[in-house]
Amino acid sequence: MIQLVDLNKYFEEKHVLKNINARFLPGVANLVIGASGGGKSVMVKTMVGLEKPSSGQVLFENQDFNNLEYEQQQVLRREIGMLFQGTALFDSLTVEQNVEFPLMMFSNMNKEERMDRVNLCLSRVNLVNANKKTPAEISGGMKKRVGIARAIALNIKYLFCDEPNSGLDPLTSRVIDTLLHDITKEFGITTIINSHDMKTVKDIGEHIVFVHQGQKWWEGSSHDLAEAQKSNPELDAFVKASF
Amino acid sequence: MNVFSEVGRYILFMRYVFKRPERGRMFWNMLMREMNLIGIESLVVVILIAVITGAVTTVQTASQLKSDSGVLPPSLFPMEIVGSVVGSSSVLELAPTITCLVLAGKIGANIASEIGNMKVSEQIDAYEVMGINSIGFVSFPKILAGVIVIPFLIVLSNFLLIFGGLMAAKITGIMTMDEYVTGLRSSFLPLYAKVLLVKSYVFSFIITSLSCFQGYYTTGGALEVGEAGTKAVTRICVTILLFDLIIAKLLL
Repeated sequence: MIQLVDLNKYFEEKHVLKNINARFLPGVANLVIGASGGGKSVMVKTMVGLEKPSSGQVLFENQDFNNLEYEQQQVLRREIGMLFQGTALFDSLTVEQNVEFPLMMFSNMNKEERMDRVNLCLSRVNLVNANKKTPAEISGGMKKRVGIARAIALNIKYLFCDEPNSGLDPLTSRVIDTLLHDITKEFGITTIINSHDMKTVKDIGEHIVFVHQGQKWWEGSSHDLAEAQKSNPELDAFVKASF
Repeated sequence: MNVFSEVGRYILFMRYVFKRPERGRMFWNMLMREMNLIGIESLVVVILIAVITGAVTTVQTASQLKSDSGVLPPSLFPMEIVGSVVGSSSVLELAPTITCLVLAGKIGANIASEIGNMKVSEQIDAYEVMGINSIGFVSFPKILAGVIVIPFLIVLSNFLLIFGGLMAAKITGIMTMDEYVTGLRSSFLPLYAKVLLVKSYVFSFIITSLSCFQGYYTTGGALEVGEAGTKAVTRICVTILLFDLIIAKLLL
């Protein structure tokens, strides 16, 4: 389980994350929802160590990420996969090489074993016959799938997705959502998806954290969302505006 | 941001550059790629610049020594002086400094833009999330490749500068080849070769490390990537000239 304890983040004078306490449950799709500019991306980046918290803790199985030695952080990071908003594929490498990259860096597999794993991951995200293409030659939806394949190439425990549906048409968005849900269940990983798409919440959200103006406004199961809307006008306004 | 905080940030950056690479084989592959990009792909421009600069230096120096130039009293200096001037200025200044200023424009801008683009497209973040020391991963092969390859380019440039001068002397007929070579030999000191090598290694480190640093701290988008390239070239040129002066003062 991942926990945020009294997490604060300032950018100079601007208080972006305000005393956030939240839990992200193992083996389920955890969704961080909220309007753009509300602090979701900063929260996710702070969780994966790309931003340092101004105060507070990010606990991975009760280990405070920011109190670990650099080398220990690097080891923990190898259990984390991330799908970036812009996919962040290495544009000098082919699709196949992108997925192979983490295996080359952190596994002792030989070339044949690596290729087997690459093909497994690519077929798992329903991407075939694109191995030799470069990121510039494939569509946005395909890039997202390559990003997911690269993220799961190693046996990760945590998968972070920053706006996985941004820039995609509704149909492809649903395909990506389903894929993330299936992968979460199949590999038993803790998935944290940062999104403002309520269709994603409806389709695959199990545990929801609503962030508004840098604060955690509400946290709970997707089944409790409708009930929570009644007592939480900000959440209600966000949900209604999304449909 | 003031100069001191930039220097501090650069020193902190360099601390991460020289950490042991995660994968030796991958580092080796990247090193070979960078050596090819920096060395082989800069060869043509270095050859052209060196030959032309050598020829221009010879023609201009000779024109000032000619008896009818009016610059110097007639026949005060023998024409051998031209070879001497071209030889010593090639080794001490033209080969290391001019070559590196040209390479700053070519390699420095290229590296800063490449890393800057990786930064704004979150590729650097992707390395970090994977547990890779991103500074070392993208910078160390480039810096090492530069420090290995650029001194070779500078030594080659030195010979081509002298060759360019020789060709200019022969083609224009402003002096005999014997006069040129005699002057060349008379001016050479072994210390000059040492200065050339020291400058080569220092300048190549400045070109590659400053461009990596500038690219790594790019924020924003395409516009800022372009700015990073421009800033890198400007800073490299100023730093090279500053260290040119320091090395000359210390070694000569």
